[in-house]
Amino acid sequence: MELLGNLWGELWAVLTTLLAAAPYIIGYILIILLMMVIWSGIKRLLTPKHDYSSLKTVTFGDESAVTSNTAASVVSIVLIFVFWGAFTGSKLLPGFMHAPGPFIGDGSFEYTITTPAGDSDTATVSVVVHPTGEEVDAPEVTDGDGIAKNDAVAIPVYRSELLRVDRNDEMGRDEETFITAVDGDAIAPGGSVDVAFGRIAMSDKGTLNIIPSTGLQMEPIWLPSPEAVWSRLGEIATVGYRNSTLAEHLGYSLFRVIVGFLLGALVGIPLGYAMGLSNWFRGWFDPIVEFMRPVPPLALIPLVIIWAGIGEVGKIILLFLAALWIMAIAARSGVSGVRISKVHAAYSLGASKWQIMRHVIIPNSLPEIFTGARVAMGVCWGTVVAAELVAAEKGAGMMIMVASKFQSTDIVLMGIILIGIIGFSIDMLMRQAEKWLVPWKGKG
Amino acid sequence: MRFDLPNGSSVQALKDVSLDLKAGELLSVLGPSGCGKTTLLNIVAGFLAPTEGQIILNGHTVKGPDAERGMVFQQGALFEWMSVRENVGFGPSMKGMPKAEKAKIVDHLLDVVGLQDFKEKAVYELSGGMQQRVALARCLANEPDVILMDEPLGALDALTREKMQGLVLKLWKETGKTIILITHSVEEALLLGERLIVMAPRPGRIHTEYRLPFAEMGVGQDLREVKKHPKFGEVREEILGMIWDMEEEIMGRTEDA
Repeated sequence: MELLGNLWGELWAVLTTLLAAAPYIIGYILIILLMMVIWSGIKRLLTPKHDYSSLKTVTFGDESAVTSNTAASVVSIVLIFVFWGAFTGSKLLPGFMHAPGPFIGDGSFEYTITTPAGDSDTATVSVVVHPTGEEVDAPEVTDGDGIAKNDAVAIPVYRSELLRVDRNDEMGRDEETFITAVDGDAIAPGGSVDVAFGRIAMSDKGTLNIIPSTGLQMEPIWLPSPEAVWSRLGEIATVGYRNSTLAEHLGYSLFRVIVGFLLGALVGIPLGYAMGLSNWFRGWFDPIVEFMRPVPPLALIPLVIIWAGIGEVGKIILLFLAALWIMAIAARSGVSGVRISKVHAAYSLGASKWQIMRHVIIPNSLPEIFTGARVAMGVCWGTVVAAELVAAEKGAGMMIMVASKFQSTDIVLMGIILIGIIGFSIDMLMRQAEKWLVPWKGKG
Repeated sequence: MRFDLPNGSSVQALKDVSLDLKAGELLSVLGPSGCGKTTLLNIVAGFLAPTEGQIILNGHTVKGPDAERGMVFQQGALFEWMSVRENVGFGPSMKGMPKAEKAKIVDHLLDVVGLQDFKEKAVYELSGGMQQRVALARCLANEPDVILMDEPLGALDALTREKMQGLVLKLWKETGKTIILITHSVEEALLLGERLIVMAPRPGRIHTEYRLPFAEMGVGQDLREVKKHPKFGEVREEILGMIWDMEEEIMGRTEDA
């Protein structure tokens, strides 16, 4: 029961977060619709198309009339980069497209203290907000008149500072003298006052917390700008990261995937054929394959590390296991999928068993095997990255994991983009190979 | 022909089917669904072993599939990973025939079935009727003694079907092959049956046998003219009535059960 309660609490937290994101999601949908309206306006100005599809009067519900709109794809991708640039203050975008940035520069505010006797005095706090990494000293200020003395503080951008402004005053909290107003607005412990450069909050003990405005842009540690990621890409491609260049990291990952997949296919395809052609082999391997197939390869990582360590052998064993079952099942269903009339026809044309295998069963199973290979390559790529996250000396996953520990978000982002591009390219290559090598797929 | 079912009972699929077919005869087999037509053909082809009796061809007992008995299936028995030419040349290739000799046979047969312009196409680029022409040519390329056809025109539309019936008759006459053809179309059975067997179900058996002149008449002729022959309509009505009664009997039986 306690578990259910906990889970309910977690679910509630997730839903609340989702609800907080709702305005942004709705905003994004509105942008999509706006772009659609704009595009249909532009399209009207262009020469209209007169192909067959344009003559269809029923398009809503006609699956064949729905094709991917290239303009929408282009706008969608450009928009992602525009958002990315706008919220990171990218130099690739003109300044007016930037989201409001954090406050940088000089600011000041006044605070008022009130003594137990009812006297009050005002002093000025000078604030310098400077970019991260620069050493900037607080400006020199004079004490000024009265019991409250002026203060000064230097704060790095995106940070805030708790400042005991009353420490240098003639009467402080020990004398029952408290800060009662900031810039003329009353303030009490727990409250806050907005000032020109940000916000001044008061802690429960009466200390002022100076919070310069952070704007809407993301701090590079959360989200670096596109050009920062790009320049990091160049740096890592030439100089390297953790003793290996980018090519080495990616090369090792690809090497593991390809070797693991090829070994898996080398064993899995004959295994699948045996299962598809012999009762005994099917009976023998069915329980093993059916059990191993639903086990996610990631769940095997701990065992593989225990047995084979974190070196190449362990990784390749893991990927071999990831590919093996997929390829075996694909080959098995490829063999089982051969139409009996084709086999009968081949026999009555005088083919021997071996010739049936070579000329009917193998070509007939190739489309299924290719589909399996595509799935297996995808799974292997995902598995290798995950395995490298856990433990590796080199590799794309290892690169982003180590970078995240050092808060090098630009490397993490670059790694994720590269992993995505490579995964996508593998899939495209497999599709192309399928088109070239098994053009009869689905035509039987 | 009798086989056991998983629930312990057994099915008598065929009983006392005896036939003597002479070389060069064209036999069509007709009957309601479930009368064992396909089972009979599978036994003749050698894909099923009979529980009683035997098939004798050219003086030896049939024990399994062999190149001497060619099959033409309804559809989907072509090899889509091969071109039209490779499909037709499959039998000769399996025998290891030299390329030049094989090419001559294939070219000739594709000319005969009217596919001279489609030799290098992939089979899936062809229409259903063309695919069946390829299947016929593939079967003939192997020079079988007997050709077994399992509803070869069943998946074609009515117009293509009539054209193909003419082609089957033409090939039968030109090659002089023995042909056994299974069909569920009475007209097709009449047109393509020098001999015609009507089978009855449960157990599958020969109900009536006809010897018909229409196949001979139809060779090289317009098949529509043959259909206008007064005798044609008469026999068709007779057979339709026969099958109607059988169907009625099956229906009645299932209702009783």
